[in-house]
Amino acid sequence: MLIRERISSVGIHLILIAYSLLALFPLGLVVINSLKSKKAIFRDPVGMPIGDAFSWKGYDSVLTNSDFPMYFGNSLIVTCVSLFFILLFGAMASHALSEYRFRGDTFIGLYLILGIMVPIRLGTVALLQLIVDLNLANTLTALILVYTAQGLPIAIFIFTEFLRSVSREIKDSARIDGLSEYRIFFEVVIPLVRPVIATVAVFSMIPIWNDLWFPLILSPGDETRTVTLGVQQFIGQYTVNWGAVLASLSVAILPVLIMYIIFSKHLIRGITSGAVKG
Amino acid sequence: MATLELSGVKKSFGDVGVIKDINLQVQDGELIVFVGPSGCGKSTLLRMIAGLETVSAGSISIAGNRVDHLPPARRGIAMVFQSYALYPHKDVRGNLGFALKHAGVPAAEINQRVSKAAEILELEPLMERKPRELSGGQRQRVAIGRAIVREPDVFLFDEPLSNLDAALRVHMRVEILKLHQRLGNTMVYVTHDQVEAMTLADRIVVIRDGEVEQVGTPLELYRHPANAFVAGFIGSPAMNLLDAQCVGDKVLVGDQPICAANGVAGAVQLGIRPEHLSLSEEGVLKGTVSVFEHLGGESFVHLQLPDEQTFVAKLDGELSITPGQTYSLSVKPEHCHVFDTHGHRINN
Ligand SMILES: Nc1ncnc2c1ncn2[C@@H]1O[C@H](COP(=O)(O)OP(=O)(O)OP(=O)(O)O)[C@@H](O)[C@H]1O
Ligand SMILES: [Mg+2]
Repeated sequence: MLIRERISSVGIHLILIAYSLLALFPLGLVVINSLKSKKAIFRDPVGMPIGDAFSWKGYDSVLTNSDFPMYFGNSLIVTCVSLFFILLFGAMASHALSEYRFRGDTFIGLYLILGIMVPIRLGTVALLQLIVDLNLANTLTALILVYTAQGLPIAIFIFTEFLRSVSREIKDSARIDGLSEYRIFFEVVIPLVRPVIATVAVFSMIPIWNDLWFPLILSPGDETRTVTLGVQQFIGQYTVNWGAVLASLSVAILPVLIMYIIFSKHLIRGITSGAVKG
Repeated sequence: MATLELSGVKKSFGDVGVIKDINLQVQDGELIVFVGPSGCGKSTLLRMIAGLETVSAGSISIAGNRVDHLPPARRGIAMVFQSYALYPHKDVRGNLGFALKHAGVPAAEINQRVSKAAEILELEPLMERKPRELSGGQRQRVAIGRAIVREPDVFLFDEPLSNLDAALRVHMRVEILKLHQRLGNTMVYVTHDQVEAMTLADRIVVIRDGEVEQVGTPLELYRHPANAFVAGFIGSPAMNLLDAQCVGDKVLVGDQPICAANGVAGAVQLGIRPEHLSLSEEGVLKGTVSVFEHLGGESFVHLQLPDEQTFVAKLDGELSITPGQTYSLSVKPEHCHVFDTHGHRINN
């Protein structure tokens, strides 16, 4: 019995390790090649950046000779602001849906969650018209609005599930302590569901950071490009500056990685706290 | 300190009436206990007093002022919940002081009031701990401390002890009684445990299906239950209710006269508490022992009458009783309770 458990545990780990290697391989390749000269990239794509293969040129052209820092900033602004609104409105809507009974609450709940099943890109044409009519084309605001809308359904879906499990008596005792409904939300409910917020943040952040579609359509202007769109400038019609493309992609991994490390401690707890009481 | 008055209070959720016309006056400094079976509306009524549920009809007054339109924080109440409902991210000190801090009470006064509550409840060594680092009994004390700190007119308790184990429950029951003696506040206490009700209450309110069945001191309810429901609910083990006939001025079980009853005829229910039955040669209730439970100092004997009705007697633990044997038991006439077929009390 024990030996069989051992074997199955080793087997599971082998599968997971193999999967991780598979998933990390292209990422590693990007990072390794971003540190090599163009010639070295083509001569030996999987070789290490050592000896004369090593070159800072990619990073040099990205960080000093291009608008990349600005694109990077744009991406950061769009992602952070969208994330802020998704978390704020998502948590508030879910709190209302799980705490208050009002006419049409089920309908509104369904309406808000329906977005999970309808890809927002189906509405691209209408969105573009709307954004143009609002005079928001080529602004970061356009992207923030669209991403907030895109992220809300899944956020509300996850939040509602967890906010329902917040004890009614804690909220009631805050009411008796004289807190307004807003302060109950911010000072009592939010601290209780911090792990869930981290989970939702990671889930919502990655598609926004990686998106190419909406920047290309809604804000392709020089000033408002995001990283994913900005990288395209190194891909010319006749030549591709591979060093620069790979370097910018490597830099673009960083924020996601940092955010993930910050949230991951909470993330694990968030995933297990639903299963195990307390 | 204050009186509490409920008049014509009703509550319905949708079409379902949960609280049906409750009238009650609670004196200043009284500890009043709501008891009743699960789902009878005790918590709902308490939450209405607290302001956590709206009142469908009627009015609630505290210290002579109508409060049913006021938010909970302005009613002068504090509530202790069954699940303690502590703020998990604040330590004990933070939990105790939270309401005051929010109300803008100066820090020095918060400190003083928090220390006083901590001293009353012996929480001083735990002040820096988070709720998850406390035992159930300690959490319950913090929850009570949080109520004390607010210095309310009326304390509301909703089954505060039901999450504790039996020994701790007895201990905390005494603590709450001491607290009431020390503070002298009006308190409303909800429980479905009739032992808690009997030991704590100045007066007990027995509720069934959203209606008050009887209000009175524990002894009044024990001695003169207004109906068969109260009779069965108060006292442990529960009162025996036997089918009986009223013929002339005698109440007969089988064909044996047990006690007198005036002015009724036909079927009645005869209530006898297990502790009022005793073995005696000339006893008129002849029962065959089916089960004999020995508890040490006392024993519960389950008996069957010739007409197959069963009842329980609480007897001295020293007696040796043999299952299958028939015994004669007697009861004093003043310990007999006679109820009509609807359960209303008939004799004095
Ligand atoms: N928000 C609500 N909506 C609909 N019905 C409710 C609601 N709250 C309570 N009820 C109903 O009201 C009745 C009384 O509930 P309440 O919680 O007051 O019972 P209780 O006497 O406290 O019972 P227990 O001893 O189990 O705590 C129950 O039948 C319950 O189903
Ligand atoms: Mg209850």
